[in-house]
Amino acid sequence: MYKILHREDLTPEIHLFEIAAPDVAKKAQAGQFVVIRADEKGERIPLTIADWNREKGTVTVVFMEVGKTTRRLATVKAGEYIANFAGPLGLPTHIDKYGTVVCVAGGFAIATIVPIARAMKAAGNKVISIMGFRTKSLVFWEERLRKYSDELIVTTDDGTYGHKGVVTIPVKELLESGKEKVGLVVAIGPTVMMKFSSLTTKPFGVKTIVSLNPIMVDGTGMCGVCRVSIGGVTKFTCVDGPDFDGHQVDWDELMARQRTYLDEEKQSLEQWKQSCSCDRR
Amino acid sequence: MAEKLNLNRVSMPKQEPLVRAKNFNEVALGYAAENALYEAGRCIQCKKRPCVAGCPVGVDIPEFILALRDKNMAESVRILKSKNALPAICGRVCPQETQCEEVCTLAKKGAPVAIGRLERYVADWELSQPASAKPKPEIAPPTGKKIAVVGSGPAGLTAAADLAKRGHKVTIFEALHVAGGVLMYGIPEFRLPKQIVQAEVDYVKSLGVDVKLDAVVGKIATVDEILKDGYHAVFLGTGAGLPMFLRIPGENYNGIYSANEFLTRTNLMKAYLFPEFDTPIKVGKRVAVIGAGNVAMDSARCALRLGASEVYIVYRRSRAEMPARAEEAENAEEEGVIFKLLTNPVRFFGNDKGWVTGMECIEMELGEPDASGRRRPVEKKGSEFKMEVDTVVVALGTTPNPLVPKTTAALETTKHGTVVADEATGKTVKDRVWAGGDVVTGAATVISAMGAGKRASESIDTFLKGQ
Repeated sequence: MYKILHREDLTPEIHLFEIAAPDVAKKAQAGQFVVIRADEKGERIPLTIADWNREKGTVTVVFMEVGKTTRRLATVKAGEYIANFAGPLGLPTHIDKYGTVVCVAGGFAIATIVPIARAMKAAGNKVISIMGFRTKSLVFWEERLRKYSDELIVTTDDGTYGHKGVVTIPVKELLESGKEKVGLVVAIGPTVMMKFSSLTTKPFGVKTIVSLNPIMVDGTGMCGVCRVSIGGVTKFTCVDGPDFDGHQVDWDELMARQRTYLDEEKQSLEQWKQSCSCDRR
Repeated sequence: MAEKLNLNRVSMPKQEPLVRAKNFNEVALGYAAENALYEAGRCIQCKKRPCVAGCPVGVDIPEFILALRDKNMAESVRILKSKNALPAICGRVCPQETQCEEVCTLAKKGAPVAIGRLERYVADWELSQPASAKPKPEIAPPTGKKIAVVGSGPAGLTAAADLAKRGHKVTIFEALHVAGGVLMYGIPEFRLPKQIVQAEVDYVKSLGVDVKLDAVVGKIATVDEILKDGYHAVFLGTGAGLPMFLRIPGENYNGIYSANEFLTRTNLMKAYLFPEFDTPIKVGKRVAVIGAGNVAMDSARCALRLGASEVYIVYRRSRAEMPARAEEAENAEEEGVIFKLLTNPVRFFGNDKGWVTGMECIEMELGEPDASGRRRPVEKKGSEFKMEVDTVVVALGTTPNPLVPKTTAALETTKHGTVVADEATGKTVKDRVWAGGDVVTGAATVISAMGAGKRASESIDTFLKGQ
C-alpha cells in the first residue's frame, strides 16, 4: 500500500498525487514512469513521473481522468492509499548538451516535460518551451515550466489564452525563422500531437524525441503488449523506451494498437459510472 | 499385504472435458482419502528407492508414502516438506512421468505409483488443516546473515524457504504486485489454483521470509547496491520472462499476443472475470496458438475457456517432437483443441483497423536431426495456404529478462541471455551472487527451478558459515 501524502486538483479532471515511495524516489529520473494499481481488482497502468523528492521519499504523478482506472484513482484522497506503485520504469530521457532544446508539451503531459526541461536546463542548454492546451481553464504549471525555460510559448486550441492554435504552429515558426539553431526537440503529449510534432520537425532535419504511451501490463518487458515499430524494428516501449526518435515511429500502428480495448474500456467506464456516480467528489 | 499387487494406478477424478472447457475451475479434482490410501499401498517400499534419485529436490518419497499409508498425515507432511517447500504446487505441475515415476520400480511391470497425486493429496490435507494442527517447521537459530532473493517464482521461493530454515534472514524482491512469479502469471487457475500458490507463499513467509512486492531490482537498486546495503549474498531467480516473437510480417496487428501477455492478462490480472476485474482480454472465434509446449497448451485451453469456438495448436514439427507434457496435450485435445502439426506461419494478414484476420502458413516435413536431436522441419515448396484466424497467441518460448544481468557488474551471460552459473551450486562468477532456475537454464520446469534454488541455498549456507 502506498500513501497519498498530498493531492492537488490541477484542473477539474487533472490531478496530482505526491506518493510515499522511497525506493522509487531514490532512483527516479526525468522521462521514467511508474506502473500503478488503484486497488486489488484494478488494472496496471503506466503514469509518467512528474517529480520526486529523494529526502522525503516521495514521487509525484499527474494524471487525467479518462477511463475507469483514472476516475477510480481520482476518488482517492490525501491520506488514503493505492494498492501498488512500481518503478522507476523505462529508460530516463537522454540528457546532454544539445545547444538549444525545444520542449513541447500537449495537455497534461506538461507534467512529464517539466523534469525534462529542468534536466536539460541544468545540463547547460537553452530551453524553449511550448505548451498547448484545449482551452484556458485547462492550463496548469505555466510558472513551473517557465522557471526552467529561457522562452515559453503557450497555445490554446480556442485562443482563450496565449496563441490560438496547436503547438505545431510555433514549432514550425521557430524552425522556419532560423533564429535558433535547435539541437533537439522533445515532444510529449497525446499520440496525435506527438505524431504531428514529428511530422513538423522532419523536413528541418531536427532530431525529435517523443515519449510513447501504448497499452502496458507489467511494464518490465514481460508481456510485449507495448511493442512499437521504430524504423521497422519492433521495440518494447516499457524497457527500450518510452523515449524514441519520433521520425522513426510507425504512428498508425501505435494508434491502432492503442484502440485494442476501446469497447471494453467503454464497458468498464459505464459500469463504474453506474456504481459510483454517488461519491465522485 | 497378502493380496496380489495391482499393477494399475488409481485414476484421478477430473472434470468432464466439455464441461471444464467452459470454466476456470481446477481440472484434476484430487484423490479422496480411500483412493490415496489404496494408491499408497501400491508402493512396495523397495530398497533401491530409484524415485528419490529421480526427484530434482530429493524428496524421501517412500517414507512420505509409508507415513500416508499408516495414516500418519502430519508425519507425511513433515517428510515431504523437509525437502520440498512447495508440495501442493509440485503435486500438480511436476512432470512426474519423466522424473520420480519414470524410474519407479513398478514402472517396469505396470503403472508406476502415482507419486505426484499422492504428493498433492498430502499437501492439500495440510492446507485444509487449521494453523494449530499444521506440523511446525524446524528453523535453525538466527545466524545474523542477510540474503536477498530476486524473484519469487519457484526457484526464489525454494531458495528463500531453505535459507530461512537454516536461520538466515531472507528478503525476496518481487517486481510484480503478488508473489509467485510464473506460478501466478503463467500457469492457469484450472491447472494450479492461485489460492494454492498463495498458501505456499504464506508458508514461506511463515518461516520468517520478508517479501517486498513492486520491487524491480535493476531499477530500485542494482545487485551491487544490494550487496553494499548489508546483504551477505544474493540469489537471482528472475526466470525467463522475455517473450520471443516469430519476427514475420504483420506480427504487430491487434489480436496477436505473446503467450506471456495472454496468460498474464488471464491469470495474474484475472481478465476472465472482467469487468469485475479491470483488465480486459479480447478473444475471437478462431484462435491459433503458435508452438506446442506447456505454455502453448495452457494458452489454447485458456482461449477455449474465454469463449473461442475453434482453437488450433500450430506447430512446425510433428506430435512426437511436441515439448508439452503428454498429459497436457491430451487434456487440450479432449477439450477440443485442434492440432495443426507440421505447419508454420509465414505472415499475418490484417484489416484496415489493424486487426489480424488470418495467416499464411506453409506445410513442413521432417528432415535430418538438428542440434537439438530432433528432426529438423523443412518447408514443403508450394504448400502455402491461408488460415482464417482472429486471435493469435505466440508461444514460442521465453528468454531471461535482461534487466538484472544488464545492470549487474561482472555477471557472465551467454548469447541466449542466460546467466552462467555452476550447475551443482548455482554460483555465478560474481562474488556473493548465485543464480538458478530459468534465468540460468532458459525456460524449463517448476521443479528444475526448485532443484536449482535448493542447491544454491546449500551452497550459500556453506559459504556464509565459512565466513
